[in-house]
Amino acid sequence: MSVRLSARFAALKRENRAGLIAYVMADDPDPDSALEIVRALPAAGADIIELGFPFTDPMADGPSIQRAGQRSLKAGGSLNSTLALLTAFRQTDHDTPVILMGYANPIEQMGYEAFAANLSGAGGDGAIVVDLPPEEDGPLRAAFARHGLPIIRLATPTTNETRLTTVLAQASGFVYYVSVTGVTGAKAVGAEAARAAVSLLKARTDLPVAVGFGVRDAASAASIAQVADAVVVGSAFVDEIARLVDDGRAHEAPRAVAAKVRELSEAVRAARQMERA
Amino acid sequence: MDARRNWPDLPDANGRFGAYGGRFVAETLMPLVLDLERAYRDAQADPAFAAQMSDFLRDYVGRPSPLYFAERLTEHFTKIAEAEGLGGAAKIYFKRDELNHTGAHKINNCLGQILLALRMGKTRIIAETGAGQHGVATATVCARFGLPCTVFMGATDIERQKPNVFRMKLLGAEVRPVTSGAATLKDAMNEALRDWVTNVDNTFYIIGTAAGPHPYPELVRDFQSVIGREARAQILEKEGRLPDAVMACIGGGSNAIGLFHPFIADESVRLIGVEAGGRGIDERFEHSAAINGGRPGVLHGNRTYLLQTEDGQILEGHSISAGLDYPGVGPEHAYLNDIGRAQYLSATDDEALAAFQLCARLEGILPALEPSHALARVGDVAKELGPGGLIIMNLCGRGDKDVFTVADSLGVTL
Repeated sequence: MSVRLSARFAALKRENRAGLIAYVMADDPDPDSALEIVRALPAAGADIIELGFPFTDPMADGPSIQRAGQRSLKAGGSLNSTLALLTAFRQTDHDTPVILMGYANPIEQMGYEAFAANLSGAGGDGAIVVDLPPEEDGPLRAAFARHGLPIIRLATPTTNETRLTTVLAQASGFVYYVSVTGVTGAKAVGAEAARAAVSLLKARTDLPVAVGFGVRDAASAASIAQVADAVVVGSAFVDEIARLVDDGRAHEAPRAVAAKVRELSEAVRAARQMERA
Repeated sequence: MDARRNWPDLPDANGRFGAYGGRFVAETLMPLVLDLERAYRDAQADPAFAAQMSDFLRDYVGRPSPLYFAERLTEHFTKIAEAEGLGGAAKIYFKRDELNHTGAHKINNCLGQILLALRMGKTRIIAETGAGQHGVATATVCARFGLPCTVFMGATDIERQKPNVFRMKLLGAEVRPVTSGAATLKDAMNEALRDWVTNVDNTFYIIGTAAGPHPYPELVRDFQSVIGREARAQILEKEGRLPDAVMACIGGGSNAIGLFHPFIADESVRLIGVEAGGRGIDERFEHSAAINGGRPGVLHGNRTYLLQTEDGQILEGHSISAGLDYPGVGPEHAYLNDIGRAQYLSATDDEALAAFQLCARLEGILPALEPSHALARVGDVAKELGPGGLIIMNLCGRGDKDVFTVADSLGVTL
């Protein structure tokens, strides 16, 4: 698996804290601003970056990320331009793991082997493909294995015992626990239920467990950070971009996103200290 | 007489028709589609389910639908063939699925799926609709079986299809406008999937066409196959032999696969689908001919032919017929195309309009604009087969819903 990714999770473990995984969409609101946004994420406290690539029909995403995808497409976004953004980011940052997230069709059109080679060449550290469940991810898994890249598998509140065996069988990198039944950003996570699910997952796998989909504010991020290895936040950052674009102040987006990341990151970093205190 | 060959029983255990089909859904939905498959296998093995289906198909839907000899249309094409120095034209039969309750074939599938939903103990139904035909059929069975129904419909389509929106409301359904994307059928399907992923415990999603994640393409096909089973028995009774060709229009392709499937093993029978050629099949993508003008890809839970850009973004497509206006096609059609068992032609908006008017004047039947596409190619096939040939075309819907569109296209203000 990706050296950057395992090194980052090992470091988080040493520091006894959860990581913050920050999701943003490539080329949202435009290629230059997006590069600036992504470059600012590590210093603001993002431990891992999840970089969305746009798709016209994002069936698992709520309104925030749907609109981010539409802004990206309007600005010329594609899987290719996402890889270009990653390449540009890697010129100045060699340590922050970057995971791509999106839907299968753009990858199908590029070809699984080509995607794996391009992602590896661009300095990527894995991918989450929402509509490739374990039953369908074989070809991509094989291509990724040739390039030492992990496919991040998803577990959800509907994943029962039998299903979990299937999910964990070929999982690598980390396990992404989708904490709500629903689309991204729509419902607030029930922190207690998510914590219980994380404990169950950790009993079944040695892989790090990240929690996402319903985490929007510092309080819920902190609560989950007490038990999970990482917390994924996306819609809250993407909403900052939307707000400023709507106000005609898109140029302020990088600073606003960084400020939001800092707020969430501080909550995540403080979570286990609070627990001990 | 006609030899039947053993065709592989598809889809396979992974829901594949060759390279097509599959279960490309979010992990949250995987346990649900696996549950649905188990429930469907259970229903298939239960004679009570088949008996219940057949009772409702007879007394509520009005089946069997007649197989009608379109004599005047046959004469019309015979004359044209003779004028062209050909020997004549094949006999044309219509499978009259437009005479079903609600006026189209859609009800066959909705009935099967709601009975399945009831067996599974589901208490809420959702559906997507484009033109509103599947929405109306779903709202109809929901009223009949007393389940609350939410229909997702693109805001653009709601504006274009007001009578059907009101029909659904009369039947007690909630019509939820979808404003995401281009606000048409594919966006309505995205939104239905988002609802399903949110309400996993009590909700059953009635998909309207033979597409979506496995087992939907299979079960929709099976529920629609009543069309082909009846037609096969009816033509044997009337003509004493199998037809030379069976023809149907293709949007997602549920009426076509329902007609084709019982004939697949009859290798002497040509299976001919007709896609919506819109304003012409070219790089402008102002058509909905996924097989003739698209490439394989993944959307809405299955791999199939899709209208898309080079980098895999899905295109909207266009057809004068809202029911064919979908950028994909059912995976079994993609497979039948690739192995050469079925042939896929296309007809433009204008050709469908002309066929609509021809059928009205010669047969006294207003066909829906969807089967008008199939009808637009029936003459060519009838001439090619010549006298003594036999064609069955599925007249899968009635045209009352289309009078406004047709009037508009003909420059008539109502």
